[in-house]
Amino acid sequence: MFIVIGIMFGGIAAGYALRKAAFIQKTGNCISYTILALLFLLGLSAGGNRALIHNLPALGGQALLIAFAGTLGSVLAAWAVYHCFFKKKKP
Amino acid sequence: MKGSFLMAGFFASGCFLGWQLDQWKIGVLGDVAPYVLYILMFQVGVSIGSDKKTRAVLAGIRPKLLLVPLATIAGTLSFSALAGLVVTKWRIVDCLAIGSGFGYYSLSSILIAELREASYGTEAATELGAIALMANMMREMMALFGAPVFVKYFGRLAPVCAGGATTMDVTLGVITRYSGKDMAFVAIFHGMLVDMSVPFLASFFCSL
Repeated sequence: MFIVIGIMFGGIAAGYALRKAAFIQKTGNCISYTILALLFLLGLSAGGNRALIHNLPALGGQALLIAFAGTLGSVLAAWAVYHCFFKKKKP
Repeated sequence: MKGSFLMAGFFASGCFLGWQLDQWKIGVLGDVAPYVLYILMFQVGVSIGSDKKTRAVLAGIRPKLLLVPLATIAGTLSFSALAGLVVTKWRIVDCLAIGSGFGYYSLSSILIAELREASYGTEAATELGAIALMANMMREMMALFGAPVFVKYFGRLAPVCAGGATTMDVTLGVITRYSGKDMAFVAIFHGMLVDMSVPFLASFFCSL
């Protein structure tokens, strides 16, 4: 955990130090390629994992439940914050 | 949208190749994924550090605006914990780790799969990573397609909070369309903060 976050902070420092260099603004493209490479690797280990392939419908169901719960929780919290702090009071 | 299809395509072709290799009983050579992850985290850091907008966004913060990302994080995590009570196969902290992807499916799935490998073993960690990938892709879809409904029933902030970490890019379009142009700044600010919280929260919950 600390390695991952430490590396990210190292990146922030490096990015800030080099922010005037033109090539640094192209990091976004590199990120897309790295993400594609990582997703491919994740797919590779998922595809070679028999237990996972056999459990795919069950895993999808769990994923749907967690996604639905997270979305519902955030819109409810959004509603509360909007009504308490952001909505303009009617005259 | 094109990006999402491309990512899904790479993941699917990886799955297919992995499945084929398994059929032919060819083991995948050494694990390079952690090192690629380190490269990715470094790049994410560089892009935050070098972004000229970071300063402007940080300077434009009003305390009230912080409530929006806080609402997203608190709402998502509390309901993910509730989902964790139903999904008995995994611990509640695992559901919290998945929920704290906030739609950032690429990073969260990889982080969770890598960080859980030591404690759960490769098989279970890969399963958890796959759930994180699917759950966060579904969240992005819900945020994209649900925006008009969320505005109607939960107010103009709802599409922003539903969008999680994606509100500064993927879902920014639907937010400005359905919540109004004045929400664009809120969405960008919100997206940046929630986006930055993903590596912290996901790795925190994976360490429990």
